Amino acid sequence: MTVESRHTFEQIAGCRVSMLRGGVGDPLLFLHGGGGAGRWLPFMGQLADKFEVIVPEHPGFGLSETPAWLDNIGDVAYFYLDFIDALKLKNIHLVGNSLGGWIASEIAVRDQHPFRTVALVAPAGIRVDGTPPADIFLWSREELTRNLFYNQELAEAALNAPMSEEEQNIQLRNSITMAKLAWQPRLNSPDLKKWLHRIHVPTLIVWGDSDRLIPPAYGPAFQSLIPSSRLEVIPQCGHLPHVERTAEFVSALTNFIEADRS
Amino acid sequence: MKFFFFHLMPYAALDLAEAAKFKSVSVLLPNSLYDPVQGHALYNRYLDEMEYADQLGFDGVCVNEHHQTPYGLMPTPGVTAGALSQRTRRAKIAVLGRALPLLNNPLTVAEEFAMLDNITGGRLIAGFVRGIGAEYHAWGANPANSHERFHEAHDLILRAWTETGPFAFEGKHYQFQYVNPWPRPYQQPHPPIWIPSQGSRETIEWACDPKRKYVYLQTFSPVAAVAKYMAMYKDEAAKRGYEAAPTQLGWAVPAYVAETDAQAYREAKPHIENFFNRFLRMPPEMLLPPGYLSYESMKGVMKSKASITGGGRTIDDLLKSGMFLCGSAATVRQQIENHQKQIGFGYLLTMLQFATLPHELTKRSSEIFAREVIPGLRHLAEEPAPAEAR
Repeated sequence: MTVESRHTFEQIAGCRVSMLRGGVGDPLLFLHGGGGAGRWLPFMGQLADKFEVIVPEHPGFGLSETPAWLDNIGDVAYFYLDFIDALKLKNIHLVGNSLGGWIASEIAVRDQHPFRTVALVAPAGIRVDGTPPADIFLWSREELTRNLFYNQELAEAALNAPMSEEEQNIQLRNSITMAKLAWQPRLNSPDLKKWLHRIHVPTLIVWGDSDRLIPPAYGPAFQSLIPSSRLEVIPQCGHLPHVERTAEFVSALTNFIEADRS
Repeated sequence: MKFFFFHLMPYAALDLAEAAKFKSVSVLLPNSLYDPVQGHALYNRYLDEMEYADQLGFDGVCVNEHHQTPYGLMPTPGVTAGALSQRTRRAKIAVLGRALPLLNNPLTVAEEFAMLDNITGGRLIAGFVRGIGAEYHAWGANPANSHERFHEAHDLILRAWTETGPFAFEGKHYQFQYVNPWPRPYQQPHPPIWIPSQGSRETIEWACDPKRKYVYLQTFSPVAAVAKYMAMYKDEAAKRGYEAAPTQLGWAVPAYVAETDAQAYREAKPHIENFFNRFLRMPPEMLLPPGYLSYESMKGVMKSKASITGGGRTIDDLLKSGMFLCGSAATVRQQIENHQKQIGFGYLLTMLQFATLPHELTKRSSEIFAREVIPGLRHLAEEPAPAEAR
């Protein structure tokens, strides 16, 4: 069964932030990737069967404001610590994909007390020497969309979906904020590697075996930097396991969380 | 009117067939295609062409900064300007310009420009730009900070030139305990400042501000865009309570002159088409990285889908839009006179060498331009500027 969401705004750290919320249970905070999170996706509805799923749009993305203080990934991490305080969230299951996985890592190395578990889904944030991530900033929208998926039918569907002017403008804003956070150093903060070992809560790392943005070699690299983590590789899957392989993703994540509870 | 000789110093020996195999000529084209023996010859040929421009009576020579591209081989334009300081005697040397946001230390520009100004006894014109989009890829500079860094670097350089040091500078992007450059500029309070642009309201509003009155240069644009942005400069100046002088406006444009229109057309055609279709070729993602233009400007671009780097343009398209001046001396003189009277610019920066145009043709075109085009146009825009604009 899948649960519906409601759209709300909160004023936090001087930023009007947009979010979708749905379901009842321990909070599951999902941090989106560079493409944004304007829509309530099937995996969110399925997870909302067991959790209260909270999907904010990061400052500078979607319908959230771009605050004057937004300069770097650390600003976003501290913003989310304020966000967690403001919403009085406890025992959170923190899940982040790509840029959102990077943000989740940056939050957890700063303060992991609010979290029961962490799940990093093809996270950005570190650099593996000799294995650069793809240069997403040189891809056209079509190249990006195709490279996001293993299953090209999903890419076709995404490319053929009509896009309103408002959606185009949101995409433009998202890309500007993405550049601000991730252009240089490209998709990583050099200091993060030094402190990932501080994450002690159970951590799941998920990677698609055919990820063309951040190569699957980054999975073992993250796993070795976070002692409390395990790695799950999803076959025939690109950069968005939660979208491309929703059933496997939801089951891997819920099993991981259940295992932690027992 | 004043005439400047603008050079990009392109890698004219480029293997065009090989270059066509790559997604872009900038940034991604392997530099194994650069032959240093050819490069040595080209650098010295181009210095000869600029030295000759001084002898021919051009009011100035212009160099510029580009990175990782055969389009222009001057990643460090101060080197070219330094060489020209010794090869030229009279012409201004305009560095158009240093790409400020790419720099980790803008004080290097304050120092370099002050050196050139001292060596030449005040012949330097200081250009400040943000660099083209490709350079943010080439240099790892963040395009989303481009405007902020440009303004902060500019403010720092101006203070370094005009305030007694040492003083401390605490910016967001640049911080210095001691700002105290030796030498100070030769021209006081500082060299003239020129701002080349592809056309942007934000740039114009900033450049025309009464406390700056910087010379605005419209580069490589259709004549309709030149007219639009120069009118915008004048309007914005008027809103700020003064009348902009022609000497606040310049147009940079490729040009070619020969004995007849037909000869000029025939000789220029392959080379000007190479310039726009081959040397400037890059995908939109490289030309306009996110944040390079403001959100509002970028929305406008997305709507118009306009770009100067679209391939497949012919010399006829370029002549029609006025992006290229070409013909006999009489034809080109008439074109410039018409445009000048309509638009009112006081500087014309002709790029008389472009892409693969060989030395002999460049030399002859430059000679005809200097001897048969310039003299008939000198009188334009020479009316005294309104007193408050000086």
